[in-house]
Amino acid sequence: MAYDSPAELEAFRAEVREWLEKNCPPSMRTPMTEDEVVWGGRREKFKNPDSKVWLERMGEKGWTAPTWPKEYGGGGLTRDQAKVLEQEMARIHARPPLFSFGLWMFGPALIEFGNEEQKKRFLPDIVMGRTRWCQGYSEPGAGSDLAGLQTKCEDKGDHYLINGQKVWTSYADQADWIFCLVRTDTSKKHEGISFILFDMESEGVETRPIKLISGSSPFCETFFNDVKVPKDQLVGEVNGGWKIAKRLLQHERSSISAGGFGSTRGSGMLGPEEYAKIHVGTDKDGKVLDGDLRGRIADHMMYAKAFNLTVKRSGEQAKAGQEVGHTASIIKYAAAKMNQDKFELMIEALGTEGLGWEGEGFDKGAKMATRGWLRSKGNSIEGGTSEINLNVVAKRVLGLRDHQ
Amino acid sequence: MTFVLTEDQEMLRDTAMNFTRDELPVKHLRTLRDSGKNGVDPDARNQLAELGFFGVLIPEEYDGVGMGMVALGQVMEAQGRTLASTPLLQTACIGASAILLGGTEAQKKEWLPKIASGEITTALALDEGTHHNPTGVATEAERDGQGYTLNGAKKYVQDGHHADVFIVVARTFGEAGDTHGLTLFLVPRDAKGLTVQTLKTVDSHGAAHLTLDGVHVDDSHVLGAPDKGHDLLEPVLDRGRIALAAEMLGSSIAAFEMTHEYLQTRKQFGQLIGSFQALQHRAAKMFTEIELTTSCVSAALSAVDEQRNDLAELASLAKARAGETVHLVSNDTVQLHGGIGMTDDHDAGFYMKRARVQEALLGSASFHRDRFARLNDF
Repeated sequence: MAYDSPAELEAFRAEVREWLEKNCPPSMRTPMTEDEVVWGGRREKFKNPDSKVWLERMGEKGWTAPTWPKEYGGGGLTRDQAKVLEQEMARIHARPPLFSFGLWMFGPALIEFGNEEQKKRFLPDIVMGRTRWCQGYSEPGAGSDLAGLQTKCEDKGDHYLINGQKVWTSYADQADWIFCLVRTDTSKKHEGISFILFDMESEGVETRPIKLISGSSPFCETFFNDVKVPKDQLVGEVNGGWKIAKRLLQHERSSISAGGFGSTRGSGMLGPEEYAKIHVGTDKDGKVLDGDLRGRIADHMMYAKAFNLTVKRSGEQAKAGQEVGHTASIIKYAAAKMNQDKFELMIEALGTEGLGWEGEGFDKGAKMATRGWLRSKGNSIEGGTSEINLNVVAKRVLGLRDHQ
Repeated sequence: MTFVLTEDQEMLRDTAMNFTRDELPVKHLRTLRDSGKNGVDPDARNQLAELGFFGVLIPEEYDGVGMGMVALGQVMEAQGRTLASTPLLQTACIGASAILLGGTEAQKKEWLPKIASGEITTALALDEGTHHNPTGVATEAERDGQGYTLNGAKKYVQDGHHADVFIVVARTFGEAGDTHGLTLFLVPRDAKGLTVQTLKTVDSHGAAHLTLDGVHVDDSHVLGAPDKGHDLLEPVLDRGRIALAAEMLGSSIAAFEMTHEYLQTRKQFGQLIGSFQALQHRAAKMFTEIELTTSCVSAALSAVDEQRNDLAELASLAKARAGETVHLVSNDTVQLHGGIGMTDDHDAGFYMKRARVQEALLGSASFHRDRFARLNDF
């Protein structure tokens, strides 16, 4: 990795600051509501026109993917430079120009495992936000036991033929392309899986949104019925997809939990301590009247603080070249617990105000909290259940063995 | 906030870890207990002094090594790992901090070199009830010409059974519960009217109840501004809480390592018990708690050196989290060892007994949750 001297970094900082000042539209420096998030792809509507300009400018610099190599459209920045870019964006409250499974999950795996032609073909469109990707992993019979997947992929000479069903495919109905795990050998489990890419507009692909307990539909069932896929769209070796799948899961777990499932700040929702002050009330010293609830909220806030400090520590130690795999392994588990506890406390502090569903008579933020509480139950299931994560810690970090 | 040690801090850490492992293992505490020494070991005190551990916080101009709180935290973690009974928390951290932050130049010149060299040890005599309560002081200090006369009683003073000098918190104004009106006094052990009742405690470290019956203290022994002792006490207590949290982290890690080892050696039903998922998950959860607490302790230690203004919040965070962690880990250590963990021959019980004392000293997790909530305005 290239070494940046402090002077070089400061010069780079000045350059970044000037560029952002010129190129980041003022409306892109304000808090973003959920419907203003830009996911890119063919169907992107750009609710705010400035967000299109912002994405194009950042994409052309390669700064949507700051550390990816320049030849694939990335920014070619060192890790230190990327950190500077992040700090400078945070300084002016710049919105992330693009949310993307391509950036967070698929791209890094393709850089590692794809061939030159595939990287040149797919990566630049991810950087520019032109292609929106979805992830075809889980199946009705393969959840925690992902390697039990059955979606069939047959070699038909000049193409592959895919038949089967995926489930929990995030935003499949909005995506342009899918990166998908398929079975190319039924006689083996892990060694019979391949990693393949195809257009969601291919004939034989059908998606059906799944309605969650929270009322939202971020996931789909996805059906493949005789889908033909060109042979150059298989990544890595035939039957060699499991190792790519696992690497991608690492990217997924760290991107899911890096922000602790996202912040509620700026969303209209308040923290549990604020709701407790309003709905439970306070004594003359400003203390929440329900001492038990107050203690549990403080406990949760301490957990959240410990979590954020741990993410920070892990980042600093990685930068100093220390081994941080141990720390990273607990992040997903802790993030899920933290987010679920937060929403449970919010609902409890809200009392009946937290038990509305829709329409008049309830505060808007409170209704979001209710939906968020229901949605948060998925945090300990998606991207590897908490139980699977504890297995991973026990086996890979603590070296505890299976039954002999 | 820094989470990565400097080379000097790494070296000190290695020295401390090797020292407690080789010279002050749990076996040493067991020997002190069985021979009736009540946690007191003059030889160990001399060795700690030779290693410079008493002077870690004390600047070089007062004969210390001036390495700061992150450095002291490494030593505290090392002593926590083996449950070593040393005067470091009370003397190297609390005593040194009280004089550094509150002492006059003359007091610093008089006392700090003696602390750094190990010549004297100190003990903070604050709490009077069974629960930590820094403003609940009823001990009275009455003006008497050239100084003050102290009357009152102090409970469960850590290191009180052997300290040479007490830092006594007494009330010069107001009544128990008031923040204003506290004053700190340096009281030598041999002061007339001071009675020390030695206590045999569950952790085998010992402690003492103090009775102050007309103890006279000269003005030269008043530490900090009269009546404004609380302003000095809070930052001193926070340093103590953070150092103690580092010690508790060390105890948690050592107890966990012992349990982890046992999971990989003990067999039942023809299997290593570490292959049972119920136990694997308990181990993984303990590991997670330790990782989270490690971050809090590191952040709080460096906050002292960086003089951050959220120090109080970080101190309560570190002490509460360390308390919850050492509570969980020490209990699970006994449970996962099964019958052997209940025997006095095994070290598991030592960790659990010491954990409860660590948890209570300088404020329980519940005390610090309350304080954290107040600092966050709810």
